[in-house]
Amino acid sequence: MAEPVLRLEALRKSFGGLTVTDDVTLEVLPGELHAVIGPNGAGKTTLINQVSGLLTPDAGRIRFAGRDITRLTPDARAMLGLARSFQITSILPGFSVRENVALAVQARAGSSFRFLGRAADEPVLNEPALAALAEVGLAARAEAPAGTLSHGEKRALELAIALAMEPKLLLLDEPMAGAGREETERLVAVLRRLKGRFPMVLVEHDMTAVFALADRISVLIYGRVLASGAPEAVRNDPQVVAAYLGEEME
Amino acid sequence: MAGRAAGRLLPLLIFAAFAATPLVAAATGDSFIVSLGIRVMIFAIAALALDLLVGYGALVSFGHAAFIGLGAYAVGILSAHGIADALVALPVALAVSGLFALATGIVCLRTKGVYFIMITLAFGQMAFFTASSLAPYGGDDGLTIRARSLVAGFPLFADDRAFFYVVLGFLLATYLACRAVVASRFGRVFRGSRENAVRMATLGFNVYRFQLAAYVIAGVIGGLSGFLLANATEFVSPAYMSWQRSGELLIMIIFGGLGSLDGAIIGTAAFLLLEQWLSGFTEHWKVIFGPLLVLVAVFARGGIVGLAGRLKELIRG
Ligand SMILES: Nc1ncnc2c1ncn2[C@@H]1O[C@H](COP(=O)(O)OP(=O)(O)O)[C@@H](O)[C@H]1O
Ligand SMILES: [Mg+2]
Repeated sequence: MAEPVLRLEALRKSFGGLTVTDDVTLEVLPGELHAVIGPNGAGKTTLINQVSGLLTPDAGRIRFAGRDITRLTPDARAMLGLARSFQITSILPGFSVRENVALAVQARAGSSFRFLGRAADEPVLNEPALAALAEVGLAARAEAPAGTLSHGEKRALELAIALAMEPKLLLLDEPMAGAGREETERLVAVLRRLKGRFPMVLVEHDMTAVFALADRISVLIYGRVLASGAPEAVRNDPQVVAAYLGEEME
Repeated sequence: MAGRAAGRLLPLLIFAAFAATPLVAAATGDSFIVSLGIRVMIFAIAALALDLLVGYGALVSFGHAAFIGLGAYAVGILSAHGIADALVALPVALAVSGLFALATGIVCLRTKGVYFIMITLAFGQMAFFTASSLAPYGGDDGLTIRARSLVAGFPLFADDRAFFYVVLGFLLATYLACRAVVASRFGRVFRGSRENAVRMATLGFNVYRFQLAAYVIAGVIGGLSGFLLANATEFVSPAYMSWQRSGELLIMIIFGGLGSLDGAIIGTAAFLLLEQWLSGFTEHWKVIFGPLLVLVAVFARGGIVGLAGRLKELIRG
């Protein structure tokens, strides 16, 4: 079996008395789309935050691309190729859509300690940015201030930013959250196209989307992995149906 | 494109007005406006640096006057030891203020928001009290400088009009450098960190390093302003780094419009000219000045530059 890209080993995180990540062990294989599902408050975002470095686990280890990254800062992890999107849109509202993405390109295009030359006019930054925007269907809005985008367009921008980072692993925290029916369908189509290009962890509530996209599904309940396996196996797991899918599928 | 053209017109007007000041003085025989112009330009240099931090980086430094003081004391102390050449004094002034910015920035930038304001204020006060206790260099009373710096042995600064244009040159260089920095790759990361530091970190930027570099740049520019101030007044004193002075610098850039380099210069000029004008009317000028500042802060969001922009839109319909 191939070496996993990401491996969480016995991860644990509590907020006060509340254990939100409870002994989570989980792997993402090369090229795999690994969905993490579970009810609200199950600890999915907290898990993503630990992997991306915004939270430090109380115990356990995170291995990424063959090294222990448990103590690395978010920016160091990003430079190793870990990209993420946020459940609650996290963009630079005062910057143009293009510049939001161009900054992601810039992070990977040599040193940013350059004090001369207009960054906004650099083709080496703009061209990959526009390509990423085209990929998510946002090219026409490139010059709009990011703050003026519709909610669905902001979700697409989140995705374009992550793409422009040319990730070795993409963490998507509810990329469709709050988007309309049509926009969700568009985003699912984009994800399907990206599938296989790089491994992804997809946290998502939309079960249609999850079962359409995932190679493997892990179910998180009260911070614990209740089940993990192929979509069909998880769908028919009586424990999962009882704890989560039963209500979700209705 | 219209925006770009307008973006060039305002600075052109500003610098043309400065360049014409000595000519007006010569025509009217009013030499006072030359020294007032020098004062405005020197504080505008410091205000540009502060606007870089506050306006573009949301780093509200309440200790910016310390850098002016350090630059000024470098001139004063060197001169007291017989070293009066700008070729020595200027690099020393810039290095000292830059090092102070580096040493204090490492600490200050670990904090955020109100804590950042408080700790920059604390370091500013530390510099102030240190200067006050420098008995060999005048202590509380300050230190008179025998003559303005020489430049490679020549008394280039001695004539007020020549010195005016030297200061104008430094102001122009500072303005252009700040504009370049703001638009550069570095500046884009720094500006992005103001809007969303978490996003910038998850893109792969070590926000702290960019903020520290900006803090040092601002400190060095503050030192330049102090170097020029000491030469303009031929005097240095702890008052140059008082917290009131730091506060005034903040008011200047808010007055002009945060996050606008043109605004920083205009705000400084407006502040100092208004202060000059009102204090000519009455010794209680602060009673008028204070409420006026509050009015600008409350009603003219975006400062003078913002107000001008909105007026222009109104006229166009
Ligand atoms: N910073 C925090 N401090 C305290 N409690 C938190 C914090 N972040 C999340 N929680 C709690 O942890 C639990 C899991 O939250 P979260 O990871 O956001 O769940 P999910 O993304 O699965 O909906 C929730 O009960 C939430 O209230
Ligand atoms: Mg969540």
